[in-house]
Amino acid sequence: MSRRLRTGGRLIDRSKPIEFTFDGRILRGYIGDTLASALLADGQIVMGRSFKYHRPRSVVGSGPEEPNALMQIGEGAHFEPNQRATMQPLYDGLVAHSQNAWPSLAFDVGRINDFGSRFLPAGFYYKTFIHPRAFWKHVFEPVIRRAAGLGAAPTEADGDRYEHQYAFCDTLIVGGGIAGLTAALGSAKTGERVILVEQGATWGGRAVVDGATIDGKTAADWVKNAIEELEKKDNVTMINRCEGSGVYDHGYVLCTENLTGHLAAKTGPRERLWRIRVGRVITATGAIERPLSFAGNDVPGVMLASALRDYVVNHGVSMGERTVVVTNNDDAYRTAKVLIEAGLRVPAIIDTRQAVDSTMVKEIKALGVSVHTGRAIAKVHGNAKVTAVSICLQSGDGTVLQEIRCDAVAMSGGWSPVVHLWSHCGGKLWWDEERAMFRPDPDQPPRGADGKGFVITAGMASGALTTAEVLDDAAEAAGIDAPPCESSPEAPILPVWMMPEGADHALRSKMWLDYQNDVKVSDVRLAAQEGFESVEHAKRYTTLGMATDQGKLSNINGLAILAERLDATIPQVGTTTFRPPYTPTTIGTLAGEARGAIFQPLRRTPIHDWNEAHGAFWEPVGQWRRAYCFPQGSETHAEAVSREVKNTRQSLGMLDASTLGKLIVRGPDAGRLMDMLYTNMMSTLKPGRCRYGLMCDENGFLIDDGVVARIDDQTWLCHTTTGGADRIHGWIEDWLQCEWWDWKVHVVNVTEQFAQIAVVGPNARKVLEKLGGMDVSAEALPFMAWTDGRLGDFAVRVFRISFSGELSYEIAVPASQGLALWTALMEAGAEFGATPYGTEALHIMRAEKGFIMIGDETDGTVIPQDLGLDWAISKKKDDYLGKRGQARSEFQKPDRWKLVGLETLDGSALEDGAYAVGEGVNDNGQAIVQGRVTSTYMSPTLDRGIAMGLVERGPDRMGEVIRFTRIGQSPVEARIVDPVFFDREGEKSNV
Amino acid sequence: MSDISITVRPPVGMITLRGDMTALGKATKKVAACALPPMRMSTASDTGRLMWMSPDELMLVCDHSDADRLVADMTQVLGTAFTTVINVSDARQIFDIKGIDTENLLSKLMPVNFDTFAETEVRRTRMAQIPAAIWREGDRWRVMCFRSVALYAEDVLRNAMPVGA
Repeated sequence: MSRRLRTGGRLIDRSKPIEFTFDGRILRGYIGDTLASALLADGQIVMGRSFKYHRPRSVVGSGPEEPNALMQIGEGAHFEPNQRATMQPLYDGLVAHSQNAWPSLAFDVGRINDFGSRFLPAGFYYKTFIHPRAFWKHVFEPVIRRAAGLGAAPTEADGDRYEHQYAFCDTLIVGGGIAGLTAALGSAKTGERVILVEQGATWGGRAVVDGATIDGKTAADWVKNAIEELEKKDNVTMINRCEGSGVYDHGYVLCTENLTGHLAAKTGPRERLWRIRVGRVITATGAIERPLSFAGNDVPGVMLASALRDYVVNHGVSMGERTVVVTNNDDAYRTAKVLIEAGLRVPAIIDTRQAVDSTMVKEIKALGVSVHTGRAIAKVHGNAKVTAVSICLQSGDGTVLQEIRCDAVAMSGGWSPVVHLWSHCGGKLWWDEERAMFRPDPDQPPRGADGKGFVITAGMASGALTTAEVLDDAAEAAGIDAPPCESSPEAPILPVWMMPEGADHALRSKMWLDYQNDVKVSDVRLAAQEGFESVEHAKRYTTLGMATDQGKLSNINGLAILAERLDATIPQVGTTTFRPPYTPTTIGTLAGEARGAIFQPLRRTPIHDWNEAHGAFWEPVGQWRRAYCFPQGSETHAEAVSREVKNTRQSLGMLDASTLGKLIVRGPDAGRLMDMLYTNMMSTLKPGRCRYGLMCDENGFLIDDGVVARIDDQTWLCHTTTGGADRIHGWIEDWLQCEWWDWKVHVVNVTEQFAQIAVVGPNARKVLEKLGGMDVSAEALPFMAWTDGRLGDFAVRVFRISFSGELSYEIAVPASQGLALWTALMEAGAEFGATPYGTEALHIMRAEKGFIMIGDETDGTVIPQDLGLDWAISKKKDDYLGKRGQARSEFQKPDRWKLVGLETLDGSALEDGAYAVGEGVNDNGQAIVQGRVTSTYMSPTLDRGIAMGLVERGPDRMGEVIRFTRIGQSPVEARIVDPVFFDREGEKSNV
Repeated sequence: MSDISITVRPPVGMITLRGDMTALGKATKKVAACALPPMRMSTASDTGRLMWMSPDELMLVCDHSDADRLVADMTQVLGTAFTTVINVSDARQIFDIKGIDTENLLSKLMPVNFDTFAETEVRRTRMAQIPAAIWREGDRWRVMCFRSVALYAEDVLRNAMPVGA
């Protein structure tokens, strides 16, 4: 039974008892506890069920590496699954639930998988759930999803706030142990800007727990002094509860700070993502102890030796009364010492090494602890709790020599430096045979833009083991002298990857490598046997290291087993890739402020609020919102659109066209540039006149269109599509900066400088004349002309252009005047029934006129010639962007799909994107198609369906009837017609 | 209560100047009494603040009502030189951010190193998801963004204020 010890626990405050609930039960702990330590103190050993076999599991570690003790914390909008109990500080009123157990943690039906585990080997799913095909989606997957999985998904939207913070420093130190503190003291002396982050709440790391002596002081005192000294420095920022999560190119580092995880009363953001640009990173991230692979190494009560002493020293909590220590190195002896000092019993130390006589070992022996050398654990007894261990020879096959009664096992298979941050950006590792660990190779660091390494490791993260080594290494990283410290030499580790070395299949099937994903020694061996020899393949086949802990405990042991099976060395097998983040990060933290109303920027025109107040139904166009239509009363959208079109055609409509791109192209070479950008001749356009133009990419495909106005001798104004404004601006700058850098042309994007209002319909001129101030008659301002002037109180530029086929003026006014002009025009137009119209009415009116729309009639594979726009392609010009591309043979083929109008015989509207059905089927058994619909609408003006489409040899087949697909219905017949359905002569616009 | 205030500025004059920097600098000196600023810096006069934007671009921030006249005057001074001067006053919105530790608030949204921010520096950068520029004006920070996203800019700035403000 685990329990709270009478004394001890350097981090807990016994004067501050608090209550929390676990699976609905009220339990007690102290301020300073973690959820894991408090549960152990309350005798709650089983903390979770394993992923696949639903075996009972207890906490095995004491830090971020914990694979088993995953909890669901909080409730409702503040619920979070998969939190590690070892990293969750206890606070008053904390609500925790176990996960992955049904109906309860103590009795889990899923455990039946364990008893049939020989039927669930590695690759089981791949091999089994293949046939019949349809079963995967409807039978297998739902069942597996219910049985597997970790915590539940939250049912409510996240009620917490998150934020980002940008920071800059010369040196970022990750890890606040003695190595990190030494590095910080050194870096701080140089006066450079230093940030020191520590994932835990307290500073000092392992040294404080393990009781080292530094500079004649206890580690705790030395750490206290170091903190005080650093806090005095203006150039040092210290952040605890902040994890170094990822290192990226160009010295960019992400750190995740937990702000409220330890607080009962939570205000402000829950987590902060630090986005830090650094000169260099010193990773003092320590090391993680490795488990040993023996049968039953996952039985609750088996714990990492270092974790076991953490709980005793930090929280005054013991896992059991009688702890057997099993190890292949000296460090685990410290656990025995701590336990004995706490008054607990250590019946035996099982050491795989043959003869050890280091100072540490002698010291423990002198305490009367029986040390069994050359021995191993054959098997752990117990189900929901350790009851005994069987001892055997490490070099044997597991024949039991002795059984030792105990209720806890402390295991140590050696230490693995935390090399994650070193490796994220390409730092290389080397295998240290003597220490049995992958260590950072200082000669192959992650390199910055200057070719020099920008990550340095310090302390245990470098592979240092003793306190003296740690301090020396950290001091060297920071370029200072290490504080004096003496550590007695330790006996070397004996690498042990399986215990005992001759274990048979039955034993191997109970040796857990990856606790969280239930991967065993037998699974990795099976993967190797079945040909998954690459470590990356074996990982994916067995799921080793793929759980939320990303194999922090299991990877090295797993790849060692793989190497053994393949008769390869460990460095030959190598590690899998270390990817950020170091531990799971909440999606909310990554999103930061980007949620709700500020999920993404919304671009608003100067008339946006008016549109909204007048019932606009919005349509997203890029990041803009444009009014799709303005439904009135109980009108449907279709009815509203129909009314908008009719009112415009019969009297007066108004469109907020402010989103159109507006680019000023100016300079002595502007005409030359315009002729290159557009397919038609723009240099000959006279000042005061407008011309419709097409832009193609270098392959000849149509990418944008719009009306160009010649402003003066050296100045053109290009209107682009709404979506094209930024893209075309970038496109032009690309050509100017990279290809035609010596051309004297400036391009200025004035899209947002102007509001633009289209006044459309037979009464458009009357409205402008009512405002007065300038001559807008057909004589003064003919079709395709523009002029500057004053309309009422407004300084405007009026373009006589039309995308609707009606008499139409587009009026540009400085954006700050946009709403005022719009309102004035609405008032002046009231007597003509002025109707604001949206994008759908705009689309219908242009389609009635056969005008193309970029993105409807074009899709990146269409050239202007396909759309019958040959008239807009200059034959006189030597060159323009796309000219050479359009000359390719593919585009000359007579059977290209070309633009035509389409009218159904029954008057209905064709389906959007419908295909024209041809004769027969192709080699793949698919119906032959001969065209497709690009735009289709119900025309209120003509009271019938109209459409445009691309049809094979379309213009040569006028009058022919072809069939178009309909979803769920038989094809419908449509006649190929001219794409201009309305006012073919253009009489309405040219008045 | 927070000690930070965020103010949406009334319309301000803004003029984009493109072309050879020496030529532009002469015109701005003559018309607006602003000398050519060094790279990434600004100069100021009673007329306004002249900001370096790129190797061939400057922006003059002035009174909204002066912008048209200044454009005309500078265009005249520049004559036939290959330069472009355009009034873009309405294309952007400016905010004033004033108070204690405003840099902390701004650094939640902008990847800007405020520790090394020079007195006359102008940073063209990013604020959350939009392009933005920032500079000092006396005791406050000025943030500039495009007009269409002004409401978003205000929202993210206010959202970054300490909770309870």
